This record gives sequence, structure tokens and C-alpha cells, in this order.
Amino acid sequence: MTTDVLLRADDVVKDFAVRRHGPRVRAVDGVSITVHHGETVGLVGETGCGKSTLARCLTRLYELTSGTVAFAGRDISRLSRHQLAPVRRDMQMIFQDPYGSLNPRRRVGSIIGDPFAIHGVADGHDRQRRVQDLMKLVGLNPEHYNRYPAEFSGGQRQRIGVARAIALQPKLIVCDEPVSALDVSIQAQVINLLADLQDDLGLAYLFISHDLSVVRHVSDRVAVMYLGQIVETAPARQLYQQPRHPYTAALLSAAPVADPDRADQRQPILLTGDVPSPADPPAGCRFHPRCPKAQQRCTVEAPALVAREPGDDTHLTACHFPLDSVDELVPR
Amino acid sequence: MRLLEVKELSVTFPTADGVVRAVRGVSFGVDAGQTLGIVGESGSGKSVAAMTLLGLSRGGTVSGSALFAGEDLLRMTEHELRTVRGARVAMVFQDPLSSLHPLYKIGWQITEGIRAHTDLSRHAAQQRTVELLGMVGIPQPGRRIDDYPHQFSGGMRQRVMIAMALALSPQIVIADEPTTALDTTVQAQILDLLHRLQRELGMALIIITHDLGVIAQTADDVLVMYAGRVAETAPRRDLFYRSHHPYTLGLLASVPSAVGTGRLQPIPGQPPSPIALPPGCPFHPRCDYRMNRCATEEPALIPVSDGSGHQSACWLPTGALGTTPAAHAARQFSAHRHGPVTA
Repeated sequence: MTTDVLLRADDVVKDFAVRRHGPRVRAVDGVSITVHHGETVGLVGETGCGKSTLARCLTRLYELTSGTVAFAGRDISRLSRHQLAPVRRDMQMIFQDPYGSLNPRRRVGSIIGDPFAIHGVADGHDRQRRVQDLMKLVGLNPEHYNRYPAEFSGGQRQRIGVARAIALQPKLIVCDEPVSALDVSIQAQVINLLADLQDDLGLAYLFISHDLSVVRHVSDRVAVMYLGQIVETAPARQLYQQPRHPYTAALLSAAPVADPDRADQRQPILLTGDVPSPADPPAGCRFHPRCPKAQQRCTVEAPALVAREPGDDTHLTACHFPLDSVDELVPR
Repeated sequence: MRLLEVKELSVTFPTADGVVRAVRGVSFGVDAGQTLGIVGESGSGKSVAAMTLLGLSRGGTVSGSALFAGEDLLRMTEHELRTVRGARVAMVFQDPLSSLHPLYKIGWQITEGIRAHTDLSRHAAQQRTVELLGMVGIPQPGRRIDDYPHQFSGGMRQRVMIAMALALSPQIVIADEPTTALDTTVQAQILDLLHRLQRELGMALIIITHDLGVIAQTADDVLVMYAGRVAETAPRRDLFYRSHHPYTLGLLASVPSAVGTGRLQPIPGQPPSPIALPPGCPFHPRCDYRMNRCATEEPALIPVSDGSGHQSACWLPTGALGTTPAAHAARQFSAHRHGPVTA
């Protein structure tokens, strides 16, 4: 992992209008995040926390309401569609649903060949050869070039999506829940494929998932989102072993572990209630109504995402009263 | 005698493409106060097996027996089954939004079930409903009975479904992927609720899931299904730490939380089509341990060790698989344990 920054987002905000002229929902509220060359950054959070919206802002599939996104040192947040085209070669996306993200009426060869056609890189026999090389690379049979997506299983379709994403040798792939729709044995195949491609091609990933154990497995660094904001970010190992934000700690403790002894030893921190609506977020710290450690200050003053240990600028926490130990939250 | 004893259950569905053999000779049982976890991937037959017990696999040809308190559920008439379904054996489905009627109030939907099976008055049934909603942790149940399903969040809707399932104090609750549609923190709340209610009410619980983490946390006994059959069944710890069937081992090696930090070892290939099952053991085309006989003879489900209830349908001798990933990860974990027990 080199240390130069590939993608840098600063204070990204995205509002959606619920109705025309109606109230606006702030789905992403002031998120800053960086991805370095060749690294995997995991982004976790529950439904509606804004992680997919953030992904689409970073890839400019959505217009930002405010904030900036810089890719390879260049501000792309105000580029026109035309100006964006060359940037898109280096920045691709893989989606969750391997059924909805492939056109059912087009042959697999032409789906994977799209990037070559759009960017005028290769055509004719050259394109076919390169598509078949890609199919081989992701573990598909190149002879299936002329088949339709419906003839492939879910895991194979996700491989088609991966082949399409790596066609132009991008620097960054934003993966939005890439394995969530797959069965466990197939999920592991795709995770390993992504890891191998990263080693071979030097890719960076922004890996979005609600599955904490998958994110831990693939990520170098992890950011945790809650209601449109990042509440904690740290190197993966550190975040999982020593979470400092109470939400992170609760989320980690709630994730099921496929190991009976560890499952028995676990003392889950059960949060009360549900995630509030992003249309009407709580004042102060957004997590305070569900937080076991919340105090008066949390209800009025929103905490900043800053380092809580002097000298450790890799572990940032947005909490007035960060945890020294998870045991603080375990009921006696 | 066990509370529920299913023997040689088979279900087939005729389709235009051929006969789908969804469930093939599956046997299992569950006792009061116990939790049976049924785990398997899409199309393994786990849901069909459970739905068939309640006569909910329409169009299927069913054989075998399912003795529930001495009566065979599979031989019951529709009329007899109606006295069992919902009352003595209840179900909780994966998606609470499509299992609740969107146009009726929550309270009405629960009350209706109670009144269909008992002589309670409208008022008494309503009181019981409020009590149930309170028991599953819905705040202000007296007010919420007049709300419609869309006014509840996903986790709250699943609580409503659980309240509905418990309304008539069933002896068995079958929960089919009860937390799959829910977020992690809400999933923990619902699993905790099911566990607590089971302890308080002494019912038997059958949890059907694809998530080995949910199984590790909740089940007493586990049934692993593959291609419509039981590949392996064992008490929870035996299954995770002394797996006998290569498919069980393959599943465990595919799950990041079981493997720890090592590389995942996925099972190659895909599950077979239930219309065209391979000859011999249905897992042999994907199995790293296959032998010649696996391609021709289908192994029976036989005991792995005496008296423990551990059975496996595999030709391998006991102990052939060595240390399982879960056992390895557990050792790794306790060797350098620092910090909280997390995923």
C-alpha cells in the first residue's frame, strides 16, 4: 500500500427533495473520506445511513449538494458529463444486485465489451479477444461469450459485473454490497476474486457492506456511518479490537459470529429503538437517543470527527465521551 | 417421545422442465424448549421442508410422516390442519411487510387470529393483543394496535409477527429467516427476544437460516441441508468443531467470521439443479475429498459417533477432515485474545 491519496472527499453533502418544494432529506451530511492507491476502505452502516448515496456521490452518479471530490489530485465534483468521461475509465462501480445491473437482452460479450466501445479502446476481433481474456481472468468460461445473463447463476453474474468493471484497468472500484445477494459459498468465491484482482492489478476498493465480518476480512481501513455521517474511522484491526464510538461497539457486538464458543462468550450491547429518520435527525449527536452513554452535552452539541488519542491521527471518533474499553457498555 | 418427529419427508413439484425434487427423505425432530437450526443455501429445500409440515407447499407431492404430539401432520385434512396451524404450530416469515395485510390495523390482524381459534370475546382478544405487543417490546401497545403495518419500522413489524405467532401459545414456532431482512443491531434485538420468549414460554423453536452466525448463537441442534437432503446433523458444538461432512466444512471455510484472518476457502462450483441432480452423492462434483464410489452411490445419513446424535451422509471415515476452521479460529482467538469479542 502506497501512501498517496487516490480519492479525497471533503465535506460531501447530498440532499434529496421528498416532494417538489417539499422538505429536504439530508442523506449524506458532511462526509470526508480518503482512499489511497491500492488499499481497501470498508464503509459499514445500517440501512438508510447514506452509504450507497455517498458511493454514488463519489463516483458522480449523483450531483453533490456541496463539498468536493478529488480523484487522482483533480477536483471532479463540478466536471460536466463530457469532462467526466476520461475520469470514469479509472473509477468503476460494482453493484449489489447481479440481476438488476445487467441488461437481460444483451449478450454477455457485448456487456463486458461496453467499456471498450464507449471509450473507443478496442473493436472487432481485438475487442472479442480482450473480453474473453477478461472472462478467463474472473473465472468465466470464455466460450460463453454469446450467452445472455439469464443463463448464468447469481455468482457468475457478479463475475460478469466484475469483468466489466476491470475492463479498462481502473485505479478504483467502488463496490456497493457486492456479495450481499450471494450464498455464502459463492460469496467467498467473489471475495477471493476481488482480493486476487487487487494483488494483480493494484486496484483500490471502496467496499460498502452491512456485513461487518466481510468488511473486516477485506479492508485495510474502515469507516462507520450513522445517519449520514461518519462516526468513526480507523485501521480495520484497530477498529474491530478497540472501537471507541459507542455505536461502533454496539454494531460489532451485535454481529453474529459463526463460532459457538465465541458466540457464547459474547455480551451483546443491545441498543434500544430504531435508527431515526434522516428527514428529522436528532439534535446534537445523532446517536444520542440510542446511546447508553449519552449525557446532557450530547443532546445539544454535535461532536466533531477528530483524533481522541494524541498523536494517533489514523483513528478518528465523533463522540464527546469515547470509550476506553467496550466493557463500559456491557450491562452488569 | 419427541414433540415433533419428522421421518423420511420428501416433497416433489412437477414443472414443465421436469420434476423438482425439493426435499428428499429428510428426518429430524425437536423437543419442547429446544432450538433446532436448519441451515442451507438457496434451493437446498430448507424452507419447503418446514412449509410442508403446515400444508403450505401447494402443488407438491408429499411423502413421509411428521408426528406432532402423536398425530401425523402430513395425513391431516385441511380442516384438521387449521386447528394446528397458527395455534399449536406457528410461523414467522422473513419479510414482515409482505406477510402483514397492508390495509388492516395491526391490532385487528392479531385479534382475528385469536378469535378464529378461541371463544374469547372481542374485548378479551383485544386485551390479549395489547399484552402480546407489550411482551415483544412494542412501546405503548395500547395505542399502536390502531396503527397500520406501514407505520412500523422493519424491526417493529417483525416484533408484530412474533406477537402474532405467539398469540395462541403455540408449542412450536417455525421461524424462516426471521432476521435476514433486518439490520445488524435490530437482528440482535429480535434474536434476543426469541431466545427470551422461548425460555419463558418453553416452546420449541425451529430457525431456518442461511446464516451460520445465527445458528452458532441460537441453535441447540443443527441440520445442514444440501440438494434436498440432510448432509449432516449434530449438536451445535459438534457441528462447528467436529464437522464430518465436507459440505459443512466448506460452508465454515467460506464465512469470514468463522475463519478469522485467514484466506477464505470457497466451495468451487455451484449447487446442482434440483431437476437434474448428479448421480451418487449430490455434493461430489464440488467435493475436495471425493472418492470413486461418491460418483455412483449416494451415502446414507449414518451416525458419526455413538449416542451423540451426530450423523452425516458421507463415505469418509470419522475424523478425516481434521481441524475445522471454526475450531482453528477459536484456538487462534483464545491464544491472543485482547479486546472485545466481536465479529
